[in-house]
Amino acid sequence: MNSSVMDLSILQLSIAYVFILILLVIFKSRGIKREKQILIATVRMTIQLTVMGYVLMLVFDHASWWLTASMITIMIAFAIYNAIKRVKNKMSKQLQKMIMVSMVTGALITAVFFIIVVLQVRPWFNPQYFIPISGMIVGNCMTGIALGANKLCSDMDEKRVIIENSLMLGATPAQATKEIVNDAFDSAILPTMNNMLTMGIVSLPGMMTGQILSGTFPLTAIKYQIGIMLAILGATALTTIMFVMLGYRTFFTKDNRLR
Amino acid sequence: MFEVKDLKFKEIVDISSLVINKPITCIVGASGSGKTTFLRMLNRMNVPDRGTITYNGQDIALLDTVKLRRKVVMLGQTPVIYSGTIEENLQIGLQFSQKPLATANAMKESLMKVELNKSLADDCRTLSGGEKQRLCLARVMLMNADVYLLDEPSAALDKYTEKIIIDNLVKFVTEQNKQLVMITHSEEIARRNPNSIIRMENGHIVEEYHE
Repeated sequence: MNSSVMDLSILQLSIAYVFILILLVIFKSRGIKREKQILIATVRMTIQLTVMGYVLMLVFDHASWWLTASMITIMIAFAIYNAIKRVKNKMSKQLQKMIMVSMVTGALITAVFFIIVVLQVRPWFNPQYFIPISGMIVGNCMTGIALGANKLCSDMDEKRVIIENSLMLGATPAQATKEIVNDAFDSAILPTMNNMLTMGIVSLPGMMTGQILSGTFPLTAIKYQIGIMLAILGATALTTIMFVMLGYRTFFTKDNRLR
Repeated sequence: MFEVKDLKFKEIVDISSLVINKPITCIVGASGSGKTTFLRMLNRMNVPDRGTITYNGQDIALLDTVKLRRKVVMLGQTPVIYSGTIEENLQIGLQFSQKPLATANAMKESLMKVELNKSLADDCRTLSGGEKQRLCLARVMLMNADVYLLDEPSAALDKYTEKIIIDNLVKFVTEQNKQLVMITHSEEIARRNPNSIIRMENGHIVEEYHE
């Protein structure tokens, strides 16, 4: 196995931007007004990743538990902010709080378990492992919780009459929303499950590809990928189930009426 | 038995005093007179701004609402059908209130009382509006509650079916020694089944008749 990595010059990288130009031409010729968003997304992606590259270099050079912890805190905070922003329905402050609690608890528990117990990284805060793995876990939890929250909010709104009817028949809020809560959880988990079904055949995941490109033996990269996929599924499940189980209650008053 | 004192809910309901203690009570009044809001307050689906409602001498504000609603069951104006079969729809009320499930005979009897000639295994998606309302009524009657609060239970029915079903309902409540508080648009129904008639107008009770 050749472990040498081909570096990418700025000029080579610049050529890749030709894809954006093609996209802009297509949008312009079809009369779809998205040019501004495409440019903003491209510029933001470039700047964010460049800054992250420098930050990671700094963190790797000065490895310490507090630096790793700070990075994770920033990641989770940004993920919470983004998850809340992605929900189309108006959310109560309590429901937003539940997103926060679930993200912090679910993502952290899984990341710490995977890094310390499964990978047995020493020292535990080794940024080379902790940051990218936590990042993948947090990112997937963010997507899962946003999907779950969207489904929960829209169903609670659309099925208000059914929920009220169930309450009138003596149902507890948990009984009245059981199907809605299950559907929200299911919709959050489904993309990860579907992703797993096609993995290795239709898609080669980013982490694995990255490792292989950087010279890692493919079977080692695959072992890491399988592990991370299981952790992602676990984290998404834990985060989302916590969110929906805590979240549905925020739609009810203490005396079991819909707000 | 309900006792209502000094009840106020926004500008919708304003009742100084009322006792509901007869087996059958009909609430009548024009649309927007506060009937539904008042009925919903009896099982705490709505909470008054001030005043008290007692049920069998206990302030309902101090009771566990889920336990209260399992004794004081309400059927809203819009018939709600859950996905599944007729049987599943009949059993769901009992499941919610954690009571023993009904036997096939009890369910069939309940369907007969509401003149719904359907098999228990039939899918509910094909039911008409009137059939849905009858199924909801059958579901509620199976629940063995102490009090039934019904909001226009015959609104989607023709006169003939309405008469049969309401008569069956009244018979059932009387025989089982239960209590029925029913909003009705039909003066005829109210006159035919009178233990008590309460007439509401602009949130106030303007007329009371007690047998």
